[in-house]
Amino acid sequence: MNIIVCVKRVPDTETRVRVGDDGVSIDPSGVKHVLSPYDEFAVEAALRLREGAGSGEVAVVTLGDDSSQETLRSALAMGADRAVLLKGEVSHDGLATAKALAAEIGEADAPLVLCGVKAADDDQQQVGPMLATLLGRPCATAVSSFELADGTVRCRSEVEGGTALFELPLPAVLTITKGEYEPRYASLKGIMAAKRKPLEVKDAAASPSRLKVETMELPPERAAGRIVGEGADAVPELVRLLREEANVL
Amino acid sequence: MKILAVVEQREGALRGVSTEVVTAGAELASVAGGEVDALLLGAPDVASLASPLGEAGAARVLVAAHEALAGYHPDGYAALVSEAVRDGGYELVLFAATSQGKDLAPRVAAQLDVPLAQDITGLSVTEGVLRFVRPVYAGKAFTRITIEGAPALATLRPNVFQGSAEAGAGEVVELSTAVDPTGWPTQVVWFEAAGCDIPDVAEASVVVAGGRGMKDPEHWHLLEDLRAALGNAAGLGASRAVVDAGWRPHGEQVGQTGKTVAPRLYFAVGISGAIQHLAGMRTAGTIVAVNRDPDAPIFKVADYGIVGDLFEVLPRLTEEVTKLRAGS
Repeated sequence: MNIIVCVKRVPDTETRVRVGDDGVSIDPSGVKHVLSPYDEFAVEAALRLREGAGSGEVAVVTLGDDSSQETLRSALAMGADRAVLLKGEVSHDGLATAKALAAEIGEADAPLVLCGVKAADDDQQQVGPMLATLLGRPCATAVSSFELADGTVRCRSEVEGGTALFELPLPAVLTITKGEYEPRYASLKGIMAAKRKPLEVKDAAASPSRLKVETMELPPERAAGRIVGEGADAVPELVRLLREEANVL
Repeated sequence: MKILAVVEQREGALRGVSTEVVTAGAELASVAGGEVDALLLGAPDVASLASPLGEAGAARVLVAAHEALAGYHPDGYAALVSEAVRDGGYELVLFAATSQGKDLAPRVAAQLDVPLAQDITGLSVTEGVLRFVRPVYAGKAFTRITIEGAPALATLRPNVFQGSAEAGAGEVVELSTAVDPTGWPTQVVWFEAAGCDIPDVAEASVVVAGGRGMKDPEHWHLLEDLRAALGNAAGLGASRAVVDAGWRPHGEQVGQTGKTVAPRLYFAVGISGAIQHLAGMRTAGTIVAVNRDPDAPIFKVADYGIVGDLFEVLPRLTEEVTKLRAGS
């Protein structure tokens, strides 16, 4: 079975964020970019499925500019078979992204589409279920593990205070969270092989963002706190402060 | 402005965050003019949950009651909510940024062909223009955004919107939409509770979080004891290190590849304070850190810190909190 994984290039989660000169995005200088961590789980899940079945193709697709080719190569180095870069505007409007992806994926012969549950930059957590809705396919989000059986996919989703089990008929879209799919490291052989794998570049179906970022700011610094004391002897004073000063107990 | 607040119930009980969403809508309506309605989906007797929604500010409580709506169903809920939004001519639709809300809202947005702002922490209107504040990079930065077109859709981060509003009439209106589960492709097979009644870390108003300094998952009962002493609204959190080590489930992880939380009170125990973790909890009301290392970065964001051996500090803290709560 063929699987498509939607991925995104994002700043490494170690990044110390500074606001750029435009005042609406981060300062890109010195920022290392990576394949979004949740997308890595999705790529890993797709690779395991292909390996288990012994057949099928894993394609990775992204919306971005030429710098995203590096991100696609990372997924190819993990083991994906081919990649597609849809060249177009990346915005905080997940629906615009979902439309660009839907135009590419709608015609493809891939009964399973995987996304990361959210991108580790704008945290909008919406492209997967929007894509599914545009394609008219069922969707489960925040899936920590799943398996295929008889034209359906059974998924466990993380929800507050427990787990939900959904069964979806294929074709379907899943968004993957941390769980079963600890991503593999690309081997040197994988990295070499990735250079020769097909990476198609084409223009994205135009879909302008309707979500406008007016300003981006760093969170206010927290006022300096204080060390109440050392060891267990400091506990009564801490509890007193929490009750009388902070008013939270 | 016509506002719709999509509320949540689970197993016949209204979820706490639902009244926050209604009240946030009512507050905005009182500034912008207009009113807020609540939309409640659930089992045939779900209308019995309507009165707190009126008290929270809802003018009307729209009810879709059906056996097939008793639990969250992504396909069914998305279709019904989209239809209610269209029929009611709402200009702003608010959801809770819970796992249900964050699953449901994107589907509704795609059906209505409008953008969505997930997990907002601020909401305002000036001269008819709606503005939303959203954390990005897991809280390392905040954006102020506007949305073109109507309705505007947003999910509200739990524990953040703590305003107050005058009670609304809360008039119950049964939706006439036909509910036909045969057209819903997804099968919801089961929901399994994690085996305890403690609130999720993202919704808990008090969080007790542990990190590598706990040394062994066997020691987690010390955190659990403190959590229990703090009462029913307290939840458990964990650092990425201990989740990666398999000590705790991912559902408890606070930080950039976990949950971003905003409780009233946050205890960071044996957590050094990696940048990803700090991003996820820095909007907490009061932060308490317990760590052996006086130079740990967590002390830079903590309001109160104790330097010391957590295995001595924790039991004492539990004891003092228990004493205090017994006396109050």
